Amino acid sequence: MCRGSSSLYSLGGKLLSSGNLMSPPLLGVGEGQSNVSVVSSPSVDGSCQNGSGLKERNYMGLSDCSSVDSSAISGLAEENKSSLNLKATELRLGLPGSQSPERDPELCLLNPGKLDEKPLFPLLPSKDGIYSSSQKAVVTGNKRGFSDAMDNFSEVKSAVFTEGNWMFPTVGSDSETSQSKPQGKFHVSPGVNAILPVRPSLNSGVKSASAKEHSGTQPGMKKDIVPLKPRASNETGHNTIGASNNNTSAPAAKAQVVGWPPIRSFRKNTLATTSKNNDEVDGKPGPGALFVKVSMDGAPYLRKVDLRTYSAYQELSSALEKMFSCFTIGQCGSHGAPGREMLSESKLRDLLHGSEYVLTYEDKDGDWMLVGDVPWEMFIDSCKRLRIMKSSDAIGLAPRAMEKCRNRN
Amino acid sequence: MAYSFPEEVLEHVFSFIQDDKDRNAVSLVCKSWYEIERWCRRRIFVGNCYAVSPRIVMRRFPELRSVSLKGKPHFADFNLVPEGWGGYVYPWISAMAEAYPWLEELRLKRMVVTDEALELISRSFKNFSVLVLSSCEGFTTDGLAAIAANCRNLRVLELWECEVDDRSGNWLSHFPESCTSLVSLSFPCLDGEVSFSALERLVSRCTNLRTLRLNNSVPLDKLPNLLRRAPQLVDLGTGAYTAELRPELYSKLGDAFAGCKGLKSLSGFWEAVPSYLPATYSICAGIRSLNLSYATIQSPDLVKLIRQCPNLQRLWVLDYIEDCGLNALATTCKDLQELRVFPSDPFGVEANVSLTEQGLVSVSEGCPKLQSVLYFCRQMSNAALFTIARNRPNLTRFRLCIIEPRAPDYLTLQPLDAGFGAIVENCKDLQRLSLSGLLTDRVFEYIGTHAKKLEMLSIAFAGDSDLGLHHVLSGCNSLRKLEIRDCPFGDQALLANASKLETMRSLWMSSCSVSFEACKLLGQKMPSLNVEVIDERGSPESRPESLPIDKLYIYRTIAGPRCDMPSFVWNMGERSALRFS
Repeated sequence: MCRGSSSLYSLGGKLLSSGNLMSPPLLGVGEGQSNVSVVSSPSVDGSCQNGSGLKERNYMGLSDCSSVDSSAISGLAEENKSSLNLKATELRLGLPGSQSPERDPELCLLNPGKLDEKPLFPLLPSKDGIYSSSQKAVVTGNKRGFSDAMDNFSEVKSAVFTEGNWMFPTVGSDSETSQSKPQGKFHVSPGVNAILPVRPSLNSGVKSASAKEHSGTQPGMKKDIVPLKPRASNETGHNTIGASNNNTSAPAAKAQVVGWPPIRSFRKNTLATTSKNNDEVDGKPGPGALFVKVSMDGAPYLRKVDLRTYSAYQELSSALEKMFSCFTIGQCGSHGAPGREMLSESKLRDLLHGSEYVLTYEDKDGDWMLVGDVPWEMFIDSCKRLRIMKSSDAIGLAPRAMEKCRNRN
Repeated sequence: MAYSFPEEVLEHVFSFIQDDKDRNAVSLVCKSWYEIERWCRRRIFVGNCYAVSPRIVMRRFPELRSVSLKGKPHFADFNLVPEGWGGYVYPWISAMAEAYPWLEELRLKRMVVTDEALELISRSFKNFSVLVLSSCEGFTTDGLAAIAANCRNLRVLELWECEVDDRSGNWLSHFPESCTSLVSLSFPCLDGEVSFSALERLVSRCTNLRTLRLNNSVPLDKLPNLLRRAPQLVDLGTGAYTAELRPELYSKLGDAFAGCKGLKSLSGFWEAVPSYLPATYSICAGIRSLNLSYATIQSPDLVKLIRQCPNLQRLWVLDYIEDCGLNALATTCKDLQELRVFPSDPFGVEANVSLTEQGLVSVSEGCPKLQSVLYFCRQMSNAALFTIARNRPNLTRFRLCIIEPRAPDYLTLQPLDAGFGAIVENCKDLQRLSLSGLLTDRVFEYIGTHAKKLEMLSIAFAGDSDLGLHHVLSGCNSLRKLEIRDCPFGDQALLANASKLETMRSLWMSSCSVSFEACKLLGQKMPSLNVEVIDERGSPESRPESLPIDKLYIYRTIAGPRCDMPSFVWNMGERSALRFS
C-alpha cells in the first residue's frame, strides 16, 4: 500500500509534523496505519526543543544542550537525594567494617568534569545507547554510539579501581606482593569472607540449591586463606570503559556490548573452548564471553555473569554486590505498597552485619571451591558456576582448595 | 442453521486439515463448525505462552495430543532478558496432566523446564512419545533420566542448545532394555559424558532410529561402532571428530559411513581434524544438510568437503570458509536453499579471515534457490546488497549481521539504507529480516513501504527518530514480531500505533527512549496487551516518569497480567497501576 499522504514524511529524510503536534494521537488510530499524524521527534537538529519532555542525554546523563535547564537538573537531583537513602543499604562484600569503593550516583549528573570516572550504577539512567542526532551526523563509522551502548545495568562492567577492598580475606592491605602459595604468617580471619545482607522475607517457595550441591562440611576446620595476586585492572584493556568515548578508533581489545554480536551463549562458549584447544589464541585477549550462572542461597532466581568482562576478583565482587543487592532491602521495587521500601535503621544494620556469605564456585571437576584461592586467569579457566552461600555451609571448602592448589603445583 | 452433514462427516473432513491457520479459519465459519473443530483439534502451537492460559486452552481444545509452546522473547538468546524473567512450563504441565492424559507430543522453546516438570511429564502421559526442548534451561540430566525411564513409547527426544546441568552420564542407561521405539535421539548440547555401552545397546535395539546427534564427549573411535549398528540413519551428529591419525580408525570410519547409505544430514564435527573428513566422502552425494558451524576447519579443507556434496541444500559454517570457499559453494551446490555463516572470532577487532560481502554476493549469484541467509561479516556495501537483491528476489529470510554496530558502507561511507531498501523492494516474499550497519530513518521508510509480507524484524543500533519506528509499525502489514535494541525510538511512534500492537505477537524494545509515562499510558489504554517494563535498576516509580525505561516487552494476550513476574518486571495495566498508588 503506497502512502500517498506526503505530509507524513518527506523523502528528504527530514521530519515533518502535521501542523504543530498538540498531543500524540494515542488511540485515534483505530482505522489502521494511514490515519496517524506523526511525530515530531525531539531535537532532530540538535536543538533543545523538547516538546515531549524527553531530554536527549549522552551517557553521562547530561543533556546535550549547552544551555542546560538548571531547574530540571536540580529537580532530578532532588530525586537523587531521596533515593540515596538506599545507598547505605547497598550490598557490601568485604570484611566487617570495610567499605566497598565509593559509589556516588550524583556523578552521572552533576560532575561533568569527572569524565573518566564512570559511575557503576547510577540511579539515574545514563542513556543506554541513545545519542543525539548531532552525533549521528558524523558518517564515518565512528564508534561513539557503540560506547554509549555499552552502558548496561544488568551486566556490570566495573570501572577502574585504584584501590580495592578485597572481598576475599587477604589480611592487611591489598597491596601485597603476589603470592600464590599459602604462608603461615597470614592468619585466618574469623570466618567472614563476605557480608551479604539479605531481605528477610524472601520467597520461601524457592528451593535452595544448596541441598543437592553442597558437599559435606567439616565443622571446626580453620580456613587457610590464600591471598590474591593483585592485578592492576588496567591490564586487560577490554574491561575498562573509556569515558572518553570520542572518535578514536577501538582499542586493541574492545569492550563488549551485551548481546552483540547476536550469537547464542552455547555457540559462544563452544567457540571459546574450541579455540583454546586449538592453541590459536596465544597472546590474544580471551576469546568470546564466558557466561556462568550465579546463584545465591535464598534468592528467588539466578543471575548470569560474563567472567571475561572482569579482570580481577574485586571487579567481580562489586558486580555481584550490585546484582544481588536487589534481593536486599526493597531495591528492586516490590509490587506492594511503597512503605515496604524503607526499613528502620536498626533493622538495616542487622541485615548488613548479621548474615555472612561467601562466594564459591564449582570447578571443572565438579568440586566447590572458595573464590579467590587461585590466580584470576586460572579461576576463569576452571569456573563453571558461582554460588553465594552461607559461610556456615562453606566451612571445609578451603582445605580442599588448598590441596588442589598443591596438587596442581 | 441447517446442518448439511452429520458431525462425524465434518470431523472426518477436518481431519485432513492440519495447518493451524486453516484450522483457525474453519473454526470461524459458524458456531457449529467452531464446536466440531475444537473437539477434533489435535495439535496446537502457542507462540507466546503468556498470550493465553492453560485453562483457556484446555477449555477450548479438550482433545489435544500435541502442544508447542514458546516462552521467552527471542533476545533472551543473547542475554538481554534477565534470569528469572519467566517462561515456566510447570504450570502448563500440571494443568495438562489432568486435562490431557493422552498427550503425546511436547515441543518447548525458550522455556524454563525443571526436573519436576520432566518427572511430571514422564508420569502423567501414558502415550507420551515426543519431547523437543529448544533453548530451554532449568533442568538436569536427572530429569532426562526420568523421561528415559518412564516414557514407554518414547520416539523422539531432542535437546537443542539447552542449558542442562549435567549430573551424570547415566541418564541414558535409564532407557529400559525393552525400549525399542526411539526414532530420534539428539543431545549435542549436553556437557558431560554418556555411558557408551548404554548408548550402543540403545542404538542397536532401536532399529527405527533415524536421527542420532551425539555430544562432544563421544570420541571419534566410538563412532564406527555406533554407525554400524544404525545403518538406517538419516541424520547424524557426530561427537568429537578428532583423534590422532590412525589408519585403522580412518578405514573403519570410512567403512562405517559407507554403510549408512541413507544419510542426508551431517552435523557435530566438534574439534574436527581435517584428515578424518574424507571418511565421509562416500555418502556426501546424498547429503542435503551440513552443519559445520562448530568445526574450526580452514577453507581448503572445507572446500574439499563441500565439493563432495553437490546436492547440498543447507549449509551452516564458520567464516573460515572465506570468500573463496563460498565461491566454490556457489559453483558446486546449485540446490542450496539456506546458508548460515557464523563468526569464528566475533569479538576480535580485526578480521581474522578473509570473508567479506563478496562471499555472499557469489552465493547469491550461483545458487538460484537460495532463500534463507544468516551472514556475519565485517564489511558491507550498498552495491553488494543491490546485487544480492537483484540476484535473489526469492529470498524469504535475510539476516545480516555486520559485526561492528553502525558500520557504514565501507566503500562510500554512506548508510546502508539503500541496500536494505533494495532487499525489501525486490524480495517481495521476505518474511524475516535482521538489519545491521549504519542506518537512518530512511531504511525504515523503505521497509514500511515494501516489506508487506515481513513477519519478523530485528533492529539494532539503527534509526534517527520515532519516524523510523512509525514507518515500520504503520507500513508492515504482516508484522508479527518486532525486536529493537539501542535505537532512538521513543514514545510517539509507539503511542500513535498502539492498536497495531494488538495485531502482532510481541514487541521488544531495550535501551531505547520509551518513557515510563508512555508505558503506563499504553498499559492502561490497551487492556488486551501486557505492557511489561523490565528494569533491574529498581522500580521506575523511583525516577521521573519522563525518563526512559530499560527494557519493554509488549505482547497481546487474553490471559491478563501474568502472576509470575519477578521483582524487576512491572505490568503497566489498569489493575497493576493501582498497586503503584
